[in-house]
Amino acid sequence: MLWSSGTIFVFVMVLLAVALRRVPRIATERFWFWGLGVVFPLAILASLTLYGLILGQRLAPVPAPDLVRVEAEARQWAWTFRYADAPGLVTHGLLHIPAGRPVDVDLTSVDVIHSFWVPRLAGKLDAIPGHVNRLRLSADQPGDYAGASAEFSGRGYTGHVFSVRAHAPADWQTFLQGMNP
Amino acid sequence: MTPRLGPRRSRALQLHRKLITVWSAPPGWRGWLVTTNNNDIGLLFLGVATAFFVIGGLLAMLIRIQLATPRSAFMAAETYSQIFTMHGTVMMFLFAIPFFEALSILLLPGMLGTRDMAFPRLGAFGVWVYIFGGSAVIVAMIMGLAPDGGWFMYPPLSSTAFSPGIGADVWLLGITSIEVSAIAAAVEVVVTVLRYRAAGMSLARMPIFAWYMLVVALMILTAFPPMILGSVLLEVERALGWPFYRVEEGGDPLLWQHLFWLFGHPEVYIIFLPAAGMIGTILPVMARTQILGYGWVVAAAISLAVLSFGLWVHHMFATGIPQLGLAFFSAASTLVAVPTAVMVFAWIGTLWQGRPVMHLPMLWILGFFATFVIGGLTGVMLAIVPFDWQVHDTHFIVAHLHYVLIGGYVFPMIAAVYYFLPLLTGRHPQFRLGRIAFWVTVPAFHLTFLAMHWAGLLGQRRRIATYEAEQGWEAINFSASIGAFALAIGFALVILDLGLNAVLAPRSRRNPWAAGTLEWAVPLPSPVYGFGAIPVIEGRAPLDMDPALPHRIARGEGYLAGADRHRRETLIVDTATGAPAQVAVLPGNSILPFLLAIVTSLSFLAPLFGAHLVSALALVGVAGLAVFWAWTSGRKVDEGPVDAGLGQILPTSHEVPDPPGWWGSLLLLLADGVHFGSLLFGYAFLWTIAPNWPPPSWITPGLVGPILAGGGGLALMFGPRRTVRAISRSQPPRTGLALTGVGVLALAAAAGWMLRNGPDPTSHAFGATVWLLAGHVLLHAVITLIMLGFLALRIWRGYTSPRRNGEARILQLWADFTAVTGLLALTAAWAPGAFA
Ligand code: HEM
Repeated sequence: MLWSSGTIFVFVMVLLAVALRRVPRIATERFWFWGLGVVFPLAILASLTLYGLILGQRLAPVPAPDLVRVEAEARQWAWTFRYADAPGLVTHGLLHIPAGRPVDVDLTSVDVIHSFWVPRLAGKLDAIPGHVNRLRLSADQPGDYAGASAEFSGRGYTGHVFSVRAHAPADWQTFLQGMNP
Repeated sequence: MTPRLGPRRSRALQLHRKLITVWSAPPGWRGWLVTTNNNDIGLLFLGVATAFFVIGGLLAMLIRIQLATPRSAFMAAETYSQIFTMHGTVMMFLFAIPFFEALSILLLPGMLGTRDMAFPRLGAFGVWVYIFGGSAVIVAMIMGLAPDGGWFMYPPLSSTAFSPGIGADVWLLGITSIEVSAIAAAVEVVVTVLRYRAAGMSLARMPIFAWYMLVVALMILTAFPPMILGSVLLEVERALGWPFYRVEEGGDPLLWQHLFWLFGHPEVYIIFLPAAGMIGTILPVMARTQILGYGWVVAAAISLAVLSFGLWVHHMFATGIPQLGLAFFSAASTLVAVPTAVMVFAWIGTLWQGRPVMHLPMLWILGFFATFVIGGLTGVMLAIVPFDWQVHDTHFIVAHLHYVLIGGYVFPMIAAVYYFLPLLTGRHPQFRLGRIAFWVTVPAFHLTFLAMHWAGLLGQRRRIATYEAEQGWEAINFSASIGAFALAIGFALVILDLGLNAVLAPRSRRNPWAAGTLEWAVPLPSPVYGFGAIPVIEGRAPLDMDPALPHRIARGEGYLAGADRHRRETLIVDTATGAPAQVAVLPGNSILPFLLAIVTSLSFLAPLFGAHLVSALALVGVAGLAVFWAWTSGRKVDEGPVDAGLGQILPTSHEVPDPPGWWGSLLLLLADGVHFGSLLFGYAFLWTIAPNWPPPSWITPGLVGPILAGGGGLALMFGPRRTVRAISRSQPPRTGLALTGVGVLALAAAAGWMLRNGPDPTSHAFGATVWLLAGHVLLHAVITLIMLGFLALRIWRGYTSPRRNGEARILQLWADFTAVTGLLALTAAWAPGAFA
């Protein structure tokens, strides 16, 4: 995306540079408006939008057989996580998930609007009081991933961070049984 | 000197003397308080907007000091949030919008070939409201009472529970008063562009900037009302506890986001389009040619405006909008690139066919190109949903928005100020310091904001007060801060250079850039009255077609030469063709706008200090002054058609069925209608989307209410029509007036009846909405009643006649609006209970 944007930028700048040489030329509406104004952006945009939609579809929380469900509840300035596979289990500031399996996080908030963002695992989604938003995460490798709240929420916003720990299958089972691996 | 002048020069001088006495404000500071002339008002407006730009810039410097180093101890988090909120708010509301309004008030009359804006007193009122409201917001900040929830103020963070202080109220009330002033300016711009032009200036011959401003003003009238409604709801929730945004009681914080971005996205184009209009004006002159594809450009501006209203959701991609909705809005968002591309290529094509000269305004326009294209491309990237999910709320967004706002707005505006400086000061800018300023500013800008793009891609969130050293962002942030200081020095040099040029530069000759449009047909600096006579034009570039035109205008060749009737007059033309239609009689100097602005601002600002009584008294003052204001125009006798020059006899604007006030009312009602529509939208949104609906109980309409409402509505539509007819036929208008009065009282009674056994507004959003709907009806009933009383008095005192029936027709307009929206409001409140 950076490359194509860069190319377009250079193209426009070259046109501009040529136009600035003080030799008047004939400019036809056909070329400048139909060609550059309409067809050129439409072609690029159509492909770009399509690409975005396909990618978006891939990231969408669609049903899957080995799906894991967790709940994330935001408040000023903490995160609480609950697990569908282990009722009663609660963690604070650290979300445990299995690696290699799709995870759906149900997001909500008890006070103001927050946003759940783990850059390396998924895009961000808001946690809004009264609403539940579902976000699909997937971690290929076990390990710790940094997460942050990404919607301004007042005084403690800067420090409103959390992390996600992706476990290998065996460790995940241990965790669900209430033992911290 | 007069004796040696030829007869023609002395004729010009005579006209000038006559006009100057009629059009001038008194000298000294008193003059500034009473002046209504667009030259004075525009200048005042421009100066104040620049001052706010400097304030916003200083705040930006504080931000960059804080972010320059990790773990900064310069400001506490609480202070930092006030600073960035105020920076965004000041820049968007107190600088960007007022600055282009100022330029259009200054320049539009000249470009259109008329002598002033359509509603000079309204313009003055708008400026004073802006000055009072803006200063109040700044004073609050200095007292440490600034809002701190970010410039878009999302509830619940901005609700009383999480923002108990008055900071949020400062924002809501201060900003709303400024929006009121923007709406005043927009009404004025639309009526001016549509009706106040040179003879023969058809729509297709209008200067490109006039087209852009017409589009922008219509956008203001349709985009600001949702925002005003959102602010009203939030302020009412904060002050009275009506739960529009509180989930537990049937509200929804997402409602705010919809209302805010319904305004906020068009806002971006409202800011960009005037800049584009300036480029379209200046660039062809610098390239010594005509703009390429005039029709294309106009069409592009219009379609950009229309598309921008379909885009608000793209600010909410991360709020959990369903997939299909995302696809639609994502496609729509990328679509705006088409009209934008049309404009950009129209400009490059214009350069292509011309012979560009690198004067300083042109240099700034090139700075615009280099910057804006990047901003546009990152914008397209953001419209791609998965990408947006990643960089939303990081410094990438912040950088993108500054590329668009500074590159796409500030740079072209600097070009515009340089370009029009001769018109304002009569001096031709000398450019040594100016070029240095340019070469400091533009590279510094790119250093600052390229670095911020990068920081965003590395994951630096916006609005964080500090970061840690190990995050690896120090070098980037430090560079951005160095760049920001260089940028500030650059802008300071620009302002210094403009100041020096305004007082020291050599006198300019007429039309120094050899432009083709009418604003350059005046002597420099432009006199208060603009044109010695209203010219007749035959093309889009009248000065190119007839280089002697300025002298002919000065000699009085045209309509309404001089000021023979010793009052301010200008021409009103037919909207489409530009054929002369009426002679507008404009008001002279007046202290009323200043006084009205004081009481209006008081009514907005007093609630901040809990002084609700003061606020209520001020509102009474507003109504009283407004009535007095309206009373002072008009005439008691028929003047009959007057000599407009060139053998044309035209009616004055007092004696036509559609006086300027009628057009103004129409546009005001457009904004009012959108406001009402937003209220219905909010109601439907809460009903269908918010959790905790339906409410514990609906309200039942019964029989009395609907009968009162229906009968009242009918009478309200019928009464004014009868009145107009009676006046037009010189019959006594008693029946019509009485019918109107009965109608409005019945409608108000229906609303009151509904509240009598209506639900409690504090326990559920439904109840709050019902009260608000009733409030809409009652407010408009009061306005109609006041207007009715006014009209009755006017009839009694002889201000109406078959020719002078315009005021009755204005009442008719307001009564129709009150009836229609009133019935809709009551129906909406009763409907669920009736069908439940
Ligand atoms: C003079 C140079 C400027 C600099 C160095 C600058 C810098 C910044 C920075 C660093 C932020 C981000 C604060 C944060 O999120 O932590 C910011 C926010 C913002 N700036 Fe500027 N800015 C400048 C001029 C402008 C102008 C001219 C405008 C508008 C016309 C503008 C509009 C905004 C807005 C709307 C925000 C968002 C505020 C918020 O998050 O609530 N800025 N600016």
